[in-house]
Amino acid sequence: MKLKKTVILGAAIAGLLGSSMAVAAEQFIGLPSYRVGPYAAGGSGIFGGWIDYMQMINERDGGINGVKLAWEECETEYNNARGVECYERLKSKGETGNSVFQPLSTGITYSVLDKVAKDQIPLVTMGYGRTDAADGRVFPYVFPLITTYWSQATTMVKYIANKEGGTDKLKGKKIALLYHDSAYGKESHAVLEKMAERYGYELTKLAVAHPGNEQQSQWLQIRQLRPDWVILWGWGVMNPTALKSAAKTGFSREKMVGVWWSGAEEDTVPAGSAAKGFTAAGYNVAGADYPVIKDIETNVYAKGKGNMEDKSRVGSVYYNRGVVHGLITVEAIRKAQEKFGKGKALTGEQVRWGFENLDIDDKRLAEMGATGFLPPLKTSCMDHEGSGKVKYQQWDGSKWNVVTDWIDADKELVRGMIEESAAAYAKEKGITPRDCSKEM
Amino acid sequence: MQFFFEVLIGGLLSGVLYALVALGFVLIYKASGVFNFAQGAMVFFAALTFVGFLEVLPGWTGLEEGGRAVFWLSFVLSLAAMVVLAIVTEKFVLRPLVNQPAITLFMATIGLTFLVEGIAQGIWGANVRGLNLGIQDEPIEYMMENFNILISSFDVFAAAVAAILVAALALFFQYTRIGRALRAVADDHQAALSIGIPLRHIWVIVWAVAGFVALVAGMIWGARNGVQFALTFTALKALPVLILGGFTSVPGAIVGGLIIGASEKLAEVYVGPFVGGGIESWFPYILALAFLLVRPEGLFGEKHIDRV
Repeated sequence: MKLKKTVILGAAIAGLLGSSMAVAAEQFIGLPSYRVGPYAAGGSGIFGGWIDYMQMINERDGGINGVKLAWEECETEYNNARGVECYERLKSKGETGNSVFQPLSTGITYSVLDKVAKDQIPLVTMGYGRTDAADGRVFPYVFPLITTYWSQATTMVKYIANKEGGTDKLKGKKIALLYHDSAYGKESHAVLEKMAERYGYELTKLAVAHPGNEQQSQWLQIRQLRPDWVILWGWGVMNPTALKSAAKTGFSREKMVGVWWSGAEEDTVPAGSAAKGFTAAGYNVAGADYPVIKDIETNVYAKGKGNMEDKSRVGSVYYNRGVVHGLITVEAIRKAQEKFGKGKALTGEQVRWGFENLDIDDKRLAEMGATGFLPPLKTSCMDHEGSGKVKYQQWDGSKWNVVTDWIDADKELVRGMIEESAAAYAKEKGITPRDCSKEM
Repeated sequence: MQFFFEVLIGGLLSGVLYALVALGFVLIYKASGVFNFAQGAMVFFAALTFVGFLEVLPGWTGLEEGGRAVFWLSFVLSLAAMVVLAIVTEKFVLRPLVNQPAITLFMATIGLTFLVEGIAQGIWGANVRGLNLGIQDEPIEYMMENFNILISSFDVFAAAVAAILVAALALFFQYTRIGRALRAVADDHQAALSIGIPLRHIWVIVWAVAGFVALVAGMIWGARNGVQFALTFTALKALPVLILGGFTSVPGAIVGGLIIGASEKLAEVYVGPFVGGGIESWFPYILALAFLLVRPEGLFGEKHIDRV
């Protein structure tokens, strides 16, 4: 009799534990990170910031409406084949499968572009990937969020025009585009050429072969050309080499504007004093004084749970970019929970809806402790970019300082090009674009 | 014409830097017949170890940060690390593969590349670091004022370092006992063994010397572009230099470097605009390939004659 009671009591306790475990849902996020290999410096910063933000949400808020965030890293080494392997390995993990894939690599993005639509997993490509994926009718599962290369290129011309005293002053000016000789580097060509036609500046394009650790000939050509401005569309070692070569040839760093992959501490510190005065674009800013970063320090690092081996990198450009990735991902899940049920782990398709209906306005940014940290963002079925705004930061020899407010992209120009390119892609692939009036 | 000379001189000076990396390949190939694919990784490992010690030694020893004592102590410790790497490589990679085909040894060095890269980042982290050797990368005023030709003082310094290194290595090979033993091993392993030259010691020595060359190359390239993973790519610049100069010749590495450096810069400036630019990465390989057709052993390489 006693044994029977014990068994019943045990079964009841086990049942209770089981039900409580079922209630504590977890949202799984697969992280295709790169912490070793050629781009480990950027990868460790971005994925570190991203993980710290998710850890902070778990520690401070107990997750999203009680749903704890769970994640697993898979090392890609920025290699396409390994990226695809990671995608396959991660996609079925967690109780609802992987809810979002953000590879931080244009190559891997292209490799999984067709897979994500089939598997119904949103592919977020913040600051890289296909620009025309901003047309959500053709690319329902791809989100080049915040801003694209084309938008950025238009803000660069606006920034230069502002420095020159207006767009009318651009006429006759010489702008040299020093670009990484790759699909990424050539991404800006069409936009800058169209703007050259409109504003009358003379554009000279100078390719730098990968990896870009030799630029003597390009800078001697720049010396001969005597441009008014140099746009640096670089990546990795190409950036400090460009800054050092500019100093060597006597070209003012104040007259150099970089893409957001040229504007991190990893690009300027190796160049030493040669980087002083260089300005670069960013869809996030550097700095540790934002409440969101303070929250991470209080709720994560103070408890010894921080992800960064070198804590001095907290607040750096790449680290903060990782925080932006975390922040927007969390916001998309929160938004999706409002529609599909709070306190539940969501599927990739449901999280996709969240990404497509983001509305992060100034009020929401303030609530998140991120005013000025990233621009306001509002996505839709038509627009998977959501903002297009870019800020510019200048390196003072030891840190980045914000020197502009958010600069709006030339949406009229860029949107037309996006729709044209997306339509061509849809035709090539036999895709019927969605009717956004039917999407809710 | 002034622009032409500017490009030419800049190219020649860059070529010296390529030659510096190529030297490491030549040393190992000369003594062991192994094409060391890991030479680029060794450059990265050496430079990262050097800046790593520069960072940690002031905290460990109380020496003044950025001072001469820290610099030289870091240099010595990095050199010691390269010697340890040479010993470990000989013991665990080369020794078990004695008498195996050259392609097996080559494949082993590919594996070694990934290992060395991973160990370097594992110990010192993946952060990109700056390195200041105290030589400014600025134009030489005299040349600018008198000829309006831009020549970097840093590039001249690097060329001088490379020249000293080559001279020292040439003397080492020619006039020291170890140098003679190295040459004997290079000529014929079996014959060298039969007269009592210890092959294993020789391999350790030659890998350690290649490590020293990697350290110097890493410091110069690191000071130029930052100490980061991209240092491993310097090996790509050395390959056409080796094809052109010959895998077994120290002077060949220098002459090959000068030819590659000058021709790639001139090609980029004068041919590049007609083909979309960015030709520096592949032009040296085309040149080397063309050269192979007429002189397969390279400019100074040993002519290979087989009895048939």
